[in-house]
This record gives sequence, C-alpha cells and structure tokens, in this order.
Amino acid sequence: MALLEVKDLRTSFHTDDGVVKAVDGVSFSIEKGETLGIVGESGCGKSVTCLTIMGLNPKRNTTSSGQVLWKGKELLGAKPRELREIRGDEMSMIFQDPMTSLNPVHSIGKQLVEAVQLHRDVTKKVARARALELLKAVGIPRAENRFDDYPHQFSGGMRQRVMIAMALVNDPDLLIADEPTTALDVTTQAQILNLMKRLQQEFGSAILMITHDLGVIAETADDVVVMYAAKVVEQAKVDDLFSRPQHPYTWGLMGSLPRLEADVERLTQIPGQPPSLLRPPSGCRFHPRCPYVMDVCKTKEPLLAPTHHDPDHRQACHLDEETKEREAAKLLAATMAEAG
Amino acid sequence: MFRYLVRRMLWAIVLFLVIMFVTFVIFFMAPSDPARAVCGGDQARPECLVRATEKLGLDKPIYDQYGRFIGRLMPVSKPISRDGGLHFVTPHFKTPSLGTSFATSQDINQRILQAAPVTASLVFGGAVLWMLVALSIGIFSALKPRSLLDRGAMIFVLIGVSAHPVWIGLILSYSFGVRWDITPIANYAPFFGAPADSGLPGGPWQWFYHMILPWCTFALLFSALYVRMIRANVMETLNEDFVRTARAKGAPERRVLIQHVLRNALLPTVTMLGMDIGVALGGAIFTEQIFQLPGLGRTAIGAIGNQDLALVQGVVVFSTIAILVFNLIVDLLYAWIDPRIRLT
Repeated sequence: MALLEVKDLRTSFHTDDGVVKAVDGVSFSIEKGETLGIVGESGCGKSVTCLTIMGLNPKRNTTSSGQVLWKGKELLGAKPRELREIRGDEMSMIFQDPMTSLNPVHSIGKQLVEAVQLHRDVTKKVARARALELLKAVGIPRAENRFDDYPHQFSGGMRQRVMIAMALVNDPDLLIADEPTTALDVTTQAQILNLMKRLQQEFGSAILMITHDLGVIAETADDVVVMYAAKVVEQAKVDDLFSRPQHPYTWGLMGSLPRLEADVERLTQIPGQPPSLLRPPSGCRFHPRCPYVMDVCKTKEPLLAPTHHDPDHRQACHLDEETKEREAAKLLAATMAEAG
Repeated sequence: MFRYLVRRMLWAIVLFLVIMFVTFVIFFMAPSDPARAVCGGDQARPECLVRATEKLGLDKPIYDQYGRFIGRLMPVSKPISRDGGLHFVTPHFKTPSLGTSFATSQDINQRILQAAPVTASLVFGGAVLWMLVALSIGIFSALKPRSLLDRGAMIFVLIGVSAHPVWIGLILSYSFGVRWDITPIANYAPFFGAPADSGLPGGPWQWFYHMILPWCTFALLFSALYVRMIRANVMETLNEDFVRTARAKGAPERRVLIQHVLRNALLPTVTMLGMDIGVALGGAIFTEQIFQLPGLGRTAIGAIGNQDLALVQGVVVFSTIAILVFNLIVDLLYAWIDPRIRLT
C-alpha cells in the first residue's frame, strides 16, 4: 500500500466571477521514504493540491472531490479532529515564504515546543529537549542560545531551517514542501535542499516537493509530476523524464533552465501566459502556447496515457510518438552539446 | 530601555510646556477680563478690579504670566539667594498648584481632584464595556464573515457610528430611567461613599448603579469603531501565513485563534485604546452633560461659561498629562507585546 495515494483529485473555488477549477483530476502516489516532485508554473494548482491533501483549504466556497488515501484511509471529508491528529504528526508541511510563515510574536522555541506538545503528551522540558535536538539537526548555530529568539532575529535561510525543524519535530512519514527554496537566495537554496536530503535519510520521511524549478526536481525527486493549468500533463520517474521528456510543455520548462556551460544570449521561454483557470482553453490547455499545435489540440482534450516505452511514464499530448521521440532526442542532444 | 524611558519623559515634558504655552496664549488672546470675573462680573467695584489685576499679575507681560503659571506647577520652588550671590541652595519641595479659580476662588487642584474620579469612572468603566462588546462581536463576525451575526454587527456599527451620544443618552435615560424605572437618570455616586452628612448615595453598588447608563452611552460609539477595527484586523490576520503554519502543525482552531491570531490582530487595538482613554480622560463632555456627572468635561464647560480661565487651564493641564501618560503606557505595552519593536 502506498503511503499517500491521490486519485482524481479535483478542487474548485467558487468566486464571484465563477468557478475556478484549481485542481482538475490529479492522481499520483508516494511510497514510503521516496520523493515525489510536482513541477509547474505559478498558478497551475500545485500548492492547492497539497493544501487539499492537508485539508488546509479555506472551508468557504471550496469543494473537493476524488480521493486522498493516507495509509489507505480517506482524508477528503474526514473529521477535522482526525485531520488535526495527522497534520503536524504523521504528515507535516513547510511553506514557501519563511519570512511570514513563523508567528512574529512567539519565540521560535515556543513554536517548536507547541508543535511537539500538540501531538505528544510530554512535559515542557521533554518537548524543549526534542525541539533543541531538531534545531541542532537543521544546523542552527548555538541553538541553545537562540531558542528564545524571535523569528525577526533570524535570516530567511535560518527561518526556513526553523520551519523544517518544526515540520520534522514529530518525525513525520511525509513532509510536504511547498516551494521551500523559492524565497531564498541561491546559495541558501542549495544548503536547504542538501539539508532536506540529509534529513530525509536520517528520518526516513517521504517528501512531496512542490516547485517551479526543474533543477530542484533533478536534485531531489524520485518521481515527477508535471502540472499545467490544474492538470497533469506528464508523469514519470525522474531519470526517464529528463532523458525522454514527452510533452511540449516539459520541453519548454527544460529549455528555460539556465545553464552555466551554455553560451546562449538569453533563455528560451515558453511564449504567452498560463491560462486563467476561470475559463481554461478548449481541448488541450497548453495549445495556445504550444509550438507544435495541431487542429485536434484545439477541440479534443488529450488524456493522460502511458507511453509505449514505459507504462509508468504517462503523458497527455496528441503528438505522434515519432515526433515526440525526435524532439526529445533533439532537446537532449542540445543539452548534452551545451554541457559539452 | 531605561534610556528610552528617560528620553520619552524628557520629550513629554517639552511637549507639555509647549501645549501649556499654546493654551495660555489662546486664553490671553481671547476677549475676556479675568479681573472682572474674579470681582463678580458687571457689578465689580473699581478698587476690586485694581487689586485683582495686581494679584493675578494681569498687568505683567505674557511671558511673565506664563513663567509664574509654570512656576506654580513645578514641584520645587525657585531657590532664592538672600544676598543676590550664587550659592548652592537646597531646592524647596512643594505641591504643584494650578492656582485658584477666578470665579469662585476655590483651589483648582481641589476642583480637579473632585472631578477626575468621576471622569475616570466613566472612561475606564466605559472602556471595559466597549472592549468586552467589541472583542466578542468583532472576533465572532471576523470568524463568520457575511453570516447573519456579521451583518447584524455591521448594522450595529452603522448605528453606533452615526447616532449622536446625546441622542443615545436621552433615549437610554428615557427608556430605562423614566419609562421602566430601572436605573437612575442622572447624578454621580462616589465609589468610596458620599460624605456622611450629605445624605447622598455612595458606595460601590450605588456607584455602579448610577454609572450603568453613562457607560452604555459613552461606550456605544467606541464599541462600534472598535468592532470594525477588530473585525478587520482579525480577518486580515486569519489570512497570514503563520496562521496556516499553526493549522499545519495540527493546532485546533481555538488554539490557532487565541495563540496565533489574536495576539497579532490586537496590536493596533492596544494603540488605539491607550490614545482614546487618554483623550477621553480630558472629559467626556456629552455623556457627563446628559447624566449630570460632575466630571472634567462639565467642569470645563462651566468654567468656559464663567470665563474662569484658571479653571479651564487646570482641566487642560490634567488632560494633557493624561494623554502623555497614556501614550507612554501604550508604547511600553506595545514593545512588551510585540518583540519586533525595540525600545532604544
């Protein structure tokens, strides 16, 4: 049994302008101890997917359907109390912006102790010792002295370490990381990613890594889900995705990765903007931005189907296999050539 | 922290002197004749006018009068050297004095000390009431926006903001005092009991009983304003990332609200509360007038009517001090609640 299995997840928000389908039929599963990456542009529904899994979407004007199976147990529509017991204990989450994700009026120590005591019936002293242990594990220098400091006394990278410590304090089975490095500068990003990888080995938690950065995916993930406009467009093992990408959107994402070695004037970009989820394009949602667009793309929605070379590699595109293989090979060759 | 306090105190003193000077000048400019007021108005005898002018120093230039006024207010008297040379003279401590009333020759310190507890009862009791109302309604309507309760609260706010305290006061005293005969309609009963021979009501219960309607009248406007503010702040804080973090930790909603939302959301309320109390201590004129409470507001109005500048000045001194003190309290409280603010 998978640790987490998401089946045909749909979440919509009812706004004054109409219904926004923020997540539209997403399925994936995560095994114990492995890392699944969800990649896509801003507003493609990645964050809403994890908030729905955690049951953290606002209750008003939100409807979710499908299945979220946590160790075989349905979480969608579970009682708030049951969700609360899982959240922060078996399953925890770190957020994009460490500057605003910690409560400014409580010391970081207090916030960690709270996380422990919400789930463990232990004394403050025991909770404090555990919190301190985690602060040391995430590499806060002089953790004892900084225990009673407030969030504003820490840098962004240090705050994200504190967030990670808080998420791991109860030794969760799954850590959901929603763009954990986006708000940090590049050197700090690498440190945080390395820290997460090291801690994953130490704690054995599975990670659901949400990012818009394929570089982060390449670095951390075992499996990848590529999302575009609330839907999954491609899904594969990480090596397979990078060696045989099958969807024009994935190609676009790969083309926009900066490379030090390549001597290119500017990054290739995917033309246009991601579509509004209020009124998504007909047919394939990527068709207005797709350089390979055909007539069929405008009317018929492509279904997520296994590719011929690997049933675990699934993609949703009308292009024929031959073209896809050719383009993937071209892209790969170009990357290789750049890497030289 | 200590340096901050000292600096703030010094600033408060400078501010105090400036405010005093400005009010002093305004009264000096105003077309009035304090000497005549002292001597009993239109029937004043010329000898009296001359004596009064001399005694009050009205013939002296304005800076001199201001100097005497401030001198009276100082807790130490000016050291006087007998032979005119510079010697070290021990300062002589005295009680700051606001002078005597032009109209009644009463000691103004005495008048203020009588009126201040009345206004303080009204303001502090009213503040407790309006905070109770505003906190409960504000928080509940923020938690359930667009609900029936929220809409009801917004109507209450609209009424509270638009209705004049005089109207509210009259309606309340008519319905509760006259019509249903539940409460007194006027007058004040001292908390610590009225003088034994006066035959007037006094003691905690009578005090409370007499203050119910004034409190309601006084608190309505403020609770309306505070409901709005608290509701907006709580709603804003509910959307903060750290609130989501708290939920992601598995904290129950009650705990999220109390530990994470309220402390942040109520910061601006602390500032406003301190300032409003400070300002209101200068006299809640309308409420005091309707319910015949002998507080600072009524004292000031009466003094203005009598052209009793000394008494008006006394009330101004008191309310200035109240505002300055409450501002300082707010700053200290703020720093205590919000660790991001450093007092340096």
